[in-house]
Amino acid sequence: METQNEYQVDLGNLMAFDPFHHFTSIPSSREELVAKCLSNGTELVQAVVSGVFNLPSTEDIEGPLVKLPPPTTKLPREKPLPKPKPPTKWEQFAKAKGIRNRKKDKVVWDEQTGTWKRRYGFDRVNDDADVPIIEAKMTDEPGVDPFAKRVAEKKERVQKNQKNQLQNLKTAAKAGALPSHVQLAATALPITGTQAAKKKFTKDELGNVAGLASTATASGGKFDKKLRGEKPVKNQGKHRKFLPVVEGSGIGSQEKEQTDRVLSKLISSNSHEILNVDKAVTMYNVNKERKRRNQYGKPSSTRNEQGKSSSTPSKLKPNNKPMKAKSLPHKGKGSFSKKGKGSFSKKGKA
Amino acid sequence: MLKVKTPKCGRVKRELEKRAPKLVETGKKTLILQGTKTSNVLNTVLSEIYHLKRDNAIRYTRKNDSIRPFESGGETSLEFFSMKTDCSIFVYGSTSKKRPDNLVIGRTYDHHIYDLIEVGVENFKRMNSFTYDKKLAPQAGSKPFIVFSGEAFESVDELKHLKEVLLELLRGEVVDNLNLAGLGRVYVCTAISSNRVFLTHCAMRLKKSGTIVPRIELVEIGPSMDFVVRRHRLPNESLKKEAMKTAKDKLHKKIKNVSKDALQGKLGKIYVPDQKIGEMALPNKAKGVKRERREAKMKNSNDERSSKKQKEDS
Repeated sequence: METQNEYQVDLGNLMAFDPFHHFTSIPSSREELVAKCLSNGTELVQAVVSGVFNLPSTEDIEGPLVKLPPPTTKLPREKPLPKPKPPTKWEQFAKAKGIRNRKKDKVVWDEQTGTWKRRYGFDRVNDDADVPIIEAKMTDEPGVDPFAKRVAEKKERVQKNQKNQLQNLKTAAKAGALPSHVQLAATALPITGTQAAKKKFTKDELGNVAGLASTATASGGKFDKKLRGEKPVKNQGKHRKFLPVVEGSGIGSQEKEQTDRVLSKLISSNSHEILNVDKAVTMYNVNKERKRRNQYGKPSSTRNEQGKSSSTPSKLKPNNKPMKAKSLPHKGKGSFSKKGKGSFSKKGKA
Repeated sequence: MLKVKTPKCGRVKRELEKRAPKLVETGKKTLILQGTKTSNVLNTVLSEIYHLKRDNAIRYTRKNDSIRPFESGGETSLEFFSMKTDCSIFVYGSTSKKRPDNLVIGRTYDHHIYDLIEVGVENFKRMNSFTYDKKLAPQAGSKPFIVFSGEAFESVDELKHLKEVLLELLRGEVVDNLNLAGLGRVYVCTAISSNRVFLTHCAMRLKKSGTIVPRIELVEIGPSMDFVVRRHRLPNESLKKEAMKTAKDKLHKKIKNVSKDALQGKLGKIYVPDQKIGEMALPNKAKGVKRERREAKMKNSNDERSSKKQKEDS
């Protein structure tokens, strides 16, 4: 953008911009404002016009022609830049081998007819269809129609070429450079390798699916119109139903009843286990021992020292003393108490 | 399997080729459409914009209820229309209590919304309300001048954006050759405040000034209106960078041995090859270097040599 007396002028767009203009005070009336804008605009247009009229011009019948410079204001594109087309298989091969295209004449001298004929297309030179007689050779197999064979071979060549064309288009599509008028449309799923045979649904499975479908409405299929001869749904899934939580008469009390039933069932089945005798006994023992320890904590230690000479373990002596009431628990936990004694005695000796 | 689908007739093929991305783009088409509710003013605004851009615009006159350019999901049908009509500028008018006489001007890149700016139309004066000499009336499709003035166009973000969009909307066709006799109209855009722009369309009267450059006088021919900027959405940076690519950038080749300096201007390096003095042509040939004499000398020396040889043999 060139700056001409403080204006930015873009001749390519015939655009001018005055970045320093501002109203000192915005005029109150509309006419005044418009007049001011126009007078300022006139100056700007004058700047562009002087730029345009000073460009070298050529005379034309309709008026002087001026070559405009390209626009300098950068504006975004409409569409992305076209991508370069990848070379086809033939182009790659030709490049590797250094094969170059030669221009060929459109018409060729045909010796058979002695006329000029097209190289390709209708009424072309060396057309197979023009040959009415094919000479038999020694190598010919009997029973093979040479004309049909020729047509079939041609068809094969065309098909091969079409396949190659498609491959080239596919690579072009991958690079995003497919010609604008070509579309690649999927006709069917590609058949590759062996395919597993289609699984057949059993009658049961179909029934299940039909049942699921018929109940897949908000009402669980309750209000749906039944078809004539439609059988009731098999294997209908469970619907969870919740009873009202708020207590009341009728259905309201059902919730309470339900929980009561569950609770009573639990209690009745486990009634014999409610009092765990073993656990109760051990708890009783432990509690009692703790109480005793609190009572005789200090005196017991002095007694231990005294009875060191005796063979019986000194620590257990105080335990033995108030055993009168303990006859019953001793029976239950005899083994435990004995073990304890043994372990303690060893320590004492060491 | 894939099948190659090509158009059945040449007309379709040509149309498709017109729409394909090009290295150098020819110009953007404008789509003018409206929402469910429009005011009388807005209808006139839209039809007059269409009238001014008649050569390069498409006008949709049906109500569109699913277009809300600023909302996500509301641009789907707009992008579809852009694809269908191959337009990449759109002007969408709608009116509501919150935003009366609303005009959304936007651009698309690759048929996806690129940027948007929303303006309210105020103080609208239609073309019919202006009286002027009909001789001045500009030709349809002539290239207009566009003039922006006001510092707000550079300092305020929204107006800077609006300037770019208006330039793109109004500038018309990009041409190489311009007929000076066909010049005749000007769009004048003036920033009145930080969010208000005055836009008017004028005819140009060329008067003799004594030099090649004529003196210009502007005559307002309408429409004229005020744009009050409301919402705007700028393109995101990566999209902008991609959209700004030009064919020239790509073809730019590094020129060897030429550098540019701000002070000294364009600088070139020259490499002088070795001077091969022995092969140099002499300006005036002295007698001794003349060709005949040189050859004669050579001949003589050869004879001597042969005679000597003969002597040795014998």
